[in-house]
Amino acid sequence: MKVRELVEKFDLTVVAGEAGLNRDVQGGFCGDLLSEVMGNAGIGCVWMTVQAHQNIVAVAVLREMAAIIITGGATPAPETVDKADLEGIPVMIYPGTSFELSGKIYADL
Amino acid sequence: MPSIQKTFHVTKNDFIHAGEASIHVKNLLKSLNYVPDLVRRVAICGYEAEMNLVMHGGDGELSVDVNADRIIVDVIDHGQGIADVELAMQEGYSTAKDEYREMGFGAGMGLPNIKKNSDEMVITSEQGNGTHVKMVFFNKGLNV
Ligand SMILES: Nc1ncnc2c1ncn2[C@@H]1O[C@H](COP(=O)(O)OP(=O)(O)OP(=O)(O)O)[C@@H](O)[C@H]1O
Ligand SMILES: [Mg+2]
Repeated sequence: MKVRELVEKFDLTVVAGEAGLNRDVQGGFCGDLLSEVMGNAGIGCVWMTVQAHQNIVAVAVLREMAAIIITGGATPAPETVDKADLEGIPVMIYPGTSFELSGKIYADL
Repeated sequence: MPSIQKTFHVTKNDFIHAGEASIHVKNLLKSLNYVPDLVRRVAICGYEAEMNLVMHGGDGELSVDVNADRIIVDVIDHGQGIADVELAMQEGYSTAKDEYREMGFGAGMGLPNIKKNSDEMVITSEQGNGTHVKMVFFNKGLNV
């Protein structure tokens, strides 16, 4: 599945990194502790997190993730948007919890 | 392939640019066609050492030295140093401030991640005299 299809299917709001919407989604990962995510997230995953500050973009780039989904009602800092645009990493918002969304994505991948 | 060296300055408490040196290194290795698993391991370790400099250390640099057989990453800072390296290496040990924990740092997993993903890791540190984290990665995939 492409990131773009995920956006449409689950009604996600794209807030940055539109250039990367054609990336392939190969899995998912939930986590809010950056080193835990860094150590364990898979290549090509969509990462669901409540963290919305700029450093999530470096984690996503270095782990070669497909996209970041900010959950739980958080909104990204302006620096996060700028960095994600620069790196072409899609950032989306989902108002519900990571648990809820990951259940839906898991059933669909 | 001739050897290549590069050095990037990294600044303490600069969360705006934190991670950029590691991204540069990752892009360099990709452009040199190293196998993806090796690039992934270097990216993880570079990031963890770079973030530790930014959060716990002091101004310094991240240097990379690559050739066909191996990649060496040195992260050197001139901060406060680590009083007990053995303790710092334990998973879950962290002195991160609350404001950093709220950002998702401070799980005490950075140094263990480096240990797991590098082939050799040496920390040289003395309280008051900064920290040097040296990481070596062997190129077993031999794509270059
Ligand atoms: N460059 C450094 N200068 C001074 N102290 C350091 C440095 N690097 C690590 N430390 C010390 O070692 C501890 C453990 O580091 P480690 O990277 O494993 O965890 P952390 O940075 O606290 O949390 P995490 O990496 O999971 O976000 C740190 O909390 C800090 O006390
Ligand atoms: Mg750390």
